[in-house]
Amino acid sequence: MAADKPDYKWVGTRTIRPDGHDKVTGRAKFGSDFTLSGMIHGRVLRSAHAHAVIKSIDTSAAEALPGVRAVITSKDFADQPSELAAAGEAMVNYKDMTRNVMAREKALYDGHAVAAVAATTVEIAEAALELIKVDYDVLPHVIDVDDAMQDGAPILDESLVPVGMDAKGPTNIAKRVEFTLGDAAKGFDAADVVLERSYKTAAVHQGYIEPHAVVSSVSEDGQAQIWCCTQGQFMVRTFTARLCGMPASSIRVTPSEIGGGFGGKTVVYLEPLATMLSKKAGKPVKMTMSREEVFRASGPTSAGSMTYKIGAKKDGTITAVEAEIRLLAGAFPGSPVQPACMCAVAPYDIENVHLVGYDVVVNRPKVAAYRAPGAPISAFGAESIIDELAKELGMDPLEIRAKNAAKDGTKAAYGPTFRNIGYEETVKQAQAHAHYTAPLGPNQGRGVASGFWFNIGGESSATVNINEDGTAVVVSGNPDIGGSRASLAMMAAEELGIDYSNVRPIIADTASVGYNFLTGGSRVTFATGLAVVEAARDAVRQLCERAAKIWEVDAEGVIWDDGHAKPASTNVGEFEPLSLASLAASASKTGGPICGHNAQNVQGAGPGFATHICDVEVDPETGCVTVLRYTAIQDVGRAIHPSYVEGQIQGGAAQGIGWALNEEYIYSDKGTLDNPGFLDYRIPVASDLPMIEAVMVEVPNDRHPYGVRGVGEVPIVPPMAAVANAIENATGVRMEALPMSPPRILAALDAARVKQAAE
Amino acid sequence: MAKHHVSVTLNGEPTEFLCSTRQTLLDVLRDELNLTGSKEGCASGDCGACSVMVDGRLVCSCLVMGAECDGKSVETIEGMADGEKLHPLQQTFLEEAALQCGICTPGVLVAAKALLERNNNPTETQVRYWLAGNLCRCTGYDKIVRAVMKTAAEMRGGA
Repeated sequence: MAADKPDYKWVGTRTIRPDGHDKVTGRAKFGSDFTLSGMIHGRVLRSAHAHAVIKSIDTSAAEALPGVRAVITSKDFADQPSELAAAGEAMVNYKDMTRNVMAREKALYDGHAVAAVAATTVEIAEAALELIKVDYDVLPHVIDVDDAMQDGAPILDESLVPVGMDAKGPTNIAKRVEFTLGDAAKGFDAADVVLERSYKTAAVHQGYIEPHAVVSSVSEDGQAQIWCCTQGQFMVRTFTARLCGMPASSIRVTPSEIGGGFGGKTVVYLEPLATMLSKKAGKPVKMTMSREEVFRASGPTSAGSMTYKIGAKKDGTITAVEAEIRLLAGAFPGSPVQPACMCAVAPYDIENVHLVGYDVVVNRPKVAAYRAPGAPISAFGAESIIDELAKELGMDPLEIRAKNAAKDGTKAAYGPTFRNIGYEETVKQAQAHAHYTAPLGPNQGRGVASGFWFNIGGESSATVNINEDGTAVVVSGNPDIGGSRASLAMMAAEELGIDYSNVRPIIADTASVGYNFLTGGSRVTFATGLAVVEAARDAVRQLCERAAKIWEVDAEGVIWDDGHAKPASTNVGEFEPLSLASLAASASKTGGPICGHNAQNVQGAGPGFATHICDVEVDPETGCVTVLRYTAIQDVGRAIHPSYVEGQIQGGAAQGIGWALNEEYIYSDKGTLDNPGFLDYRIPVASDLPMIEAVMVEVPNDRHPYGVRGVGEVPIVPPMAAVANAIENATGVRMEALPMSPPRILAALDAARVKQAAE
Repeated sequence: MAKHHVSVTLNGEPTEFLCSTRQTLLDVLRDELNLTGSKEGCASGDCGACSVMVDGRLVCSCLVMGAECDGKSVETIEGMADGEKLHPLQQTFLEEAALQCGICTPGVLVAAKALLERNNNPTETQVRYWLAGNLCRCTGYDKIVRAVMKTAAEMRGGA
């Protein structure tokens, strides 16, 4: 697919990232690295109950403690009406958001914030928390999604009215969604084989290594400055302004470097609290979450429970898929059940599809986006049952995927007709890869799975300033979470025709660049990249105009080529090309500063598809699963910086392997989180993983000047099923629930041995 | 309670600080000495983002009290480069894109340097187990492990 690759100077090369030196020397400033003089420290009091009415809060003793400067509760925040706002790839309701950052009527999960204190030292703030008396009326709680849907389950919100369905009485079901293509019943009638299975996935945390951190400073005139680690400084401004009752113009948010987010930093937690504390105390307030607080109170993703039914002809043609997907949302509505349904069987061309999804509230922290929100959950079910179907039909698992692959022109069950997609190519490359036919040893098995994610565009603004010495500054507004500065600078260098090292990319605060939707949806290199390209082209247009002025010709007679203005043809005249540097040097005499600008709501994101191959070895004595080899093949559109594209693929696959094998939120019978730390919530460590081979298929997105597709999310979609399918291949045992941790594998192996002995 | 007066050799320089009994070495580095290159990811010794060397031993600075460092030598990420010249590990991490968000990078680099000082020819498995105490959520470790092994090979070649 690389045959049509244009001859670029920078795009497609492996440059050194512009922020790299700061990040290998410890100079880079992350969230909690920021301090201000006169700063005081904020801490949050959190509910230890999973579900309790807050009858009263007495803060008087805390307020009287010397060194305490401010205490806040929900009384300090005006209530919000029910109104939806976009946060990342999900919608959030302001009524819920204000209750999530600070509990009002009820504490709805273990870790729910109920009060906050700012004091001159951390020690005093922590001592003050112990002096706050909260009178709770503890209620029965519900943790599991299926339990929460039962009649008689403890109800989180008596006033909840479900969307998309009728409810007989109070319910925890917040929403029902449905997608229908063709006629599933007819499809099953036409099938030679029909399978029906149930699957469950555990709630997992994004697991970014950097805890949430903020410094907020509100002046006496009401002007606020906020420094924080976030995936979107404009999101922080919008939400903090709303919750604190301030105009957006009075809040300036500067994003720090961000130590991972994966969707978990697309909402606010501490920012409104620090701002309100600062307003009350008249001092800058710093707040940092502990790791325990990150686990207990910031967004994990949903746990899921689902039932799939699939029908196929003997030749492997899938005739129908039916599924019910139930996702827990945490304490407030808003699980990613809609994208979970939409992505479930998106890689396939299936005539009859019927998908129903339920969004269910439970007594857990409100879920936040996590890398391709929802898709990994539904794909675990879909890609597991397709594997079972292949086995039932005696077909190769890649062959059945190839046979049913979505192509250009395929109508997806969620609505659109695909065009310009590379799914089939990922399957072909998987079939041709040496990994797929490599020999396996005893207790070893191989699994494959595919995945889909939409990717998004959205609002982006960028400025390209031409400096007086012929260098350039690219100003954009998306926190750089994994090398996007490099890709933006490379595209700008390509457009301007100057050296990459002469382009300085800056992530601006909310007062220094136009609005940018947050870093999420795999959108930055695509959408903000497009804004940067257009801004660079605007600068180039101005440069050409300056050359035209100097040459006294029409601007249309000047072209831009390799960093120089040149006459479009000999008809224009015989002129020596003018370099960007010379035009920049004379800018003051030809019209003033040269600043390219672009702002748009970018459309045309190209969907992402991936197919993964996984080899495992299962220890029959301990149930421990070791991933031996892993190959991730993905349509990346065009890789602007191949190393960071590979990094996204490898990192996504590794997170998926953790989700598959180890990670889960474990609750006590009191509804409190039992494993809020990295020791007991075990994310993959270096010795858990093999090298992860990233194979980049390049089917350029024809709606982007450099063919960019989002790449960050789809790699987390296939791994759980790929691992489960490999385990089945190794042991003959089908795991239908995550995580596939050693005790569960061992129990399943034992059950299979007992069954075998009985037969 | 009175603060402790502590003298250390910090990245080769004699350094004094005052700390309370409850302050960890990580707290001291970040809050008293303004060296924020060492990161707090967990404060429980599970993530390795605060890795430093104390008297030549790799430790999580969140598990060492500031007061117990009196008379000791402490090396942090800030002392890894020699002036403008990056340590070969730092340079290779840049060239091999062995970082994404960068929060774990200082700890990983300090730990990797400690490994190469003990073993200049580690196997992939040795690198993986040595770095098992340094959590990275972005990279899947692939490029980190490659960068460490490549640096080891280069340093052996150059010796």
